Amino acid sequence: MLYAPWWMPPNAAAHGYAVDTLMRWDVGAMVGCFVLAHGLLIWLLLRPRRSSTAPLTRSVELLPLLLLTALYIAMAISAERVWAHERFEGAAPAALRVEVVGQQFQWYFHYPGADATYGTSQPQLVNAALGNPLGLDPEDSHGADDIVASELVLPIGREVDLQLRSLDVIHGFFLPDMRLKQNAVPGQSLHVHFTPVHEGVYPVLCSQLCGLGHARMQARLRVVSASAYQGWLASRAPHHAEVAAQ
Amino acid sequence: MSEAHTVPGSSRSRVARIFASLFTTDHRTLGIRYLLLSLIAVAAGTLLSLAMRIQLAWPGIPFPRHGPMLPEEYLSLVTMHGTLMVFFVLTTAPQSGFASLVLPAQIGARRMALPWLNAAGFWIVALALVVLLSAFLLPAGGPISGWTSYPPLSAVPAAGPGQGAGMDVWLVSIGLFCIGSWLSAVNMLATIVGERVRGMTLGRMPLTVWSWMVSSLLILLAFTVLFAALVLLLCDRHIGTAFFIPRGDLVSGQIVGHGDGSPLLWLHLFWFFGHPEVYIAILPAMGLVSGLVANFSRRTIVGYPLMAATTVLIGLLGFLVWGHHMFVSGMNPYAGNAFALTTMAIAVPSTAKVFSWLGTLWGGGLHRTTPMLFALGFISFFIAGGVTGPILALPALDAYLHNTFFVVGHFHLIMAMAGGFAIFAGVYYWFPLMTGRLMNERLGRWHFWLSLVAAYGTFLPMHLEGLAGRPRHYYQLTGSTSSLASLMPMERGVTWAAFVLGTAQLIFLANLCWSSRHGRPAGENPWQATTLEWAAATPSEIFRGPYEYGAAAHDQAQNGAHKQDFTSQWESLREQE
Repeated sequence: MLYAPWWMPPNAAAHGYAVDTLMRWDVGAMVGCFVLAHGLLIWLLLRPRRSSTAPLTRSVELLPLLLLTALYIAMAISAERVWAHERFEGAAPAALRVEVVGQQFQWYFHYPGADATYGTSQPQLVNAALGNPLGLDPEDSHGADDIVASELVLPIGREVDLQLRSLDVIHGFFLPDMRLKQNAVPGQSLHVHFTPVHEGVYPVLCSQLCGLGHARMQARLRVVSASAYQGWLASRAPHHAEVAAQ
Repeated sequence: MSEAHTVPGSSRSRVARIFASLFTTDHRTLGIRYLLLSLIAVAAGTLLSLAMRIQLAWPGIPFPRHGPMLPEEYLSLVTMHGTLMVFFVLTTAPQSGFASLVLPAQIGARRMALPWLNAAGFWIVALALVVLLSAFLLPAGGPISGWTSYPPLSAVPAAGPGQGAGMDVWLVSIGLFCIGSWLSAVNMLATIVGERVRGMTLGRMPLTVWSWMVSSLLILLAFTVLFAALVLLLCDRHIGTAFFIPRGDLVSGQIVGHGDGSPLLWLHLFWFFGHPEVYIAILPAMGLVSGLVANFSRRTIVGYPLMAATTVLIGLLGFLVWGHHMFVSGMNPYAGNAFALTTMAIAVPSTAKVFSWLGTLWGGGLHRTTPMLFALGFISFFIAGGVTGPILALPALDAYLHNTFFVVGHFHLIMAMAGGFAIFAGVYYWFPLMTGRLMNERLGRWHFWLSLVAAYGTFLPMHLEGLAGRPRHYYQLTGSTSSLASLMPMERGVTWAAFVLGTAQLIFLANLCWSSRHGRPAGENPWQATTLEWAAATPSEIFRGPYEYGAAAHDQAQNGAHKQDFTSQWESLREQE
């Protein structure tokens, strides 16, 4: 809470503190510019009219421009560092891996299971009514222990490597509390990574207009303790072993 | 046409007269027609937005003779609102409208270089508007994929209601709009290059003319890319190509992707058009406001060469920033850094313009006429919407704010409100050129102050909603998340402010109607302006720059017979001696 700018939901991700600090400084600086400029505008509007005065010297007019240019450069450099830290490198090899799949109008979360390998999927095998919303190939043994869930459950304090894709149209994967947003694009497989640092239940939203159900394309992210996470995995695994055996 | 049958005697000449006046190539008439076309579009777009605001504030409320708004109806309103406002209002009125009205006069020309192109451009744009509005009559409704029309949602008719015939209508309408805008832009460039009066060097052109020149170039380059993208998308929809649809794409249970298309290709093409489009809308407004600030401060504009240079620079840089719409789209994150830098770079000439206006105001004595108030409103909104630009330009922050209401608030302030207030300023200022009369000042002031306060009341809270994580394009704030439902009181506040804003425009309409018949006769050069559109006759040669106001002009004038604080561009040097 200490670092959260006013009005944003509290941050719950490790990288989010840097984002929030940046947001607070940059919004503060820009609100300052707005207030200063409007103070000047209102004064100019209200002061008694006079015939035109001597023009300001060029340096007085150029100085604020130079100052603001310096501010823009400082903003750019500080923000590029945060962005580079978030996105230029992938997740650590030890990170938990979950595939996020968007489809009109539902998020699916695909866990690779005990073998740590996703089963292959084919669009022609997709059949949500038969319990195979992602089209996992029954011929592929890697898929036998996979878990497909409609909520994202993550253990606290462990980095997660999310692999985003979409079956149909562009969706926007948005976790406001994790300060994370990335589109899921059909035909592309995109990675983002983060580390949740507070237990809780958080919204998963769609941030890219995807059709008439866009507003209700919402899911839940549950950040739980490591032991609760293992318990959840165990509760899900047998069910899926059955599905695969059929 | 029926009259032609009933009065056979004089029918031929009468039909010919009607035909001639209907398809006139007179640039002033065309300018007024462009502005009226924008007035129709802005009225329709505003009504659509108010319907959306009602749904957002009171979800599920039944509309008279209709019932509750369906999600696809809401999205269709979003799409049509954005398309109407961006293309048919913000692009059409300041560029084609005002330029047709005053561009030839401002450069001392009697006519446009290619008047029939200008007329053809108008009729094609008018046709585009009719085609677009016809989407409302389709059984499945209008398109729902927003004014940006991202594929595959826009490429696959099965992806949603309105994405069949509605989407086709949208594509045809915007294609027509591209063609109409090209014709108009070619004419404008030819006019500026070839029709300037002797003595009207580049360095003596009013800043509006600089803006129209740069905007016309942007139209030729940017709309060409958009047109190509529209054609590719139509091919994907109807002849089985796959420019934008990836292999194995599965929509509504059908595999529609049979080639190796890329949705990101559309985003690149669209935003390569889309960002210059923003400057096409705002550059003429900047030029107009510069002229008004000089006129009503009674002072020459501070740093005229800098103002002309920044106009050109903004036009150039405008082609290098499109990726800032795509930081989280799947574009390479390294590219995000590059686009952040170009976007920060374009903030510098924009800031320089603001300082030039503030410097001019500082040194001058401010006359609070209605056009000047609206010009000040433009500056206020340009600053208010501008300060959030450098925040959204940073990928690290945009990765949170992208497609939230923070962005909606940002572009409504800097594009819609700033652009709209500049259009109002232009109409109040140039009304004498259209009607020979001045608009009512008292009504104008009421219109200004109500609109200013209501616009801030509408769009400032949207920034807070965006910081709270409220995404765009949601037809209601319900669902499994509780955080958005807590924003409902603010949603209602925004809706009330939007209604005040919409209602305040009735004052403007009333003022238009009343003043065009009963307004005070303007007489010659009512604003004591220096630029050539106010000259009684077209001069054969000019000798001075566009903004000679204030002390310098005053000293010169005292030597001559004039007791005035300005020297018009059309006054010759000899009269001074």
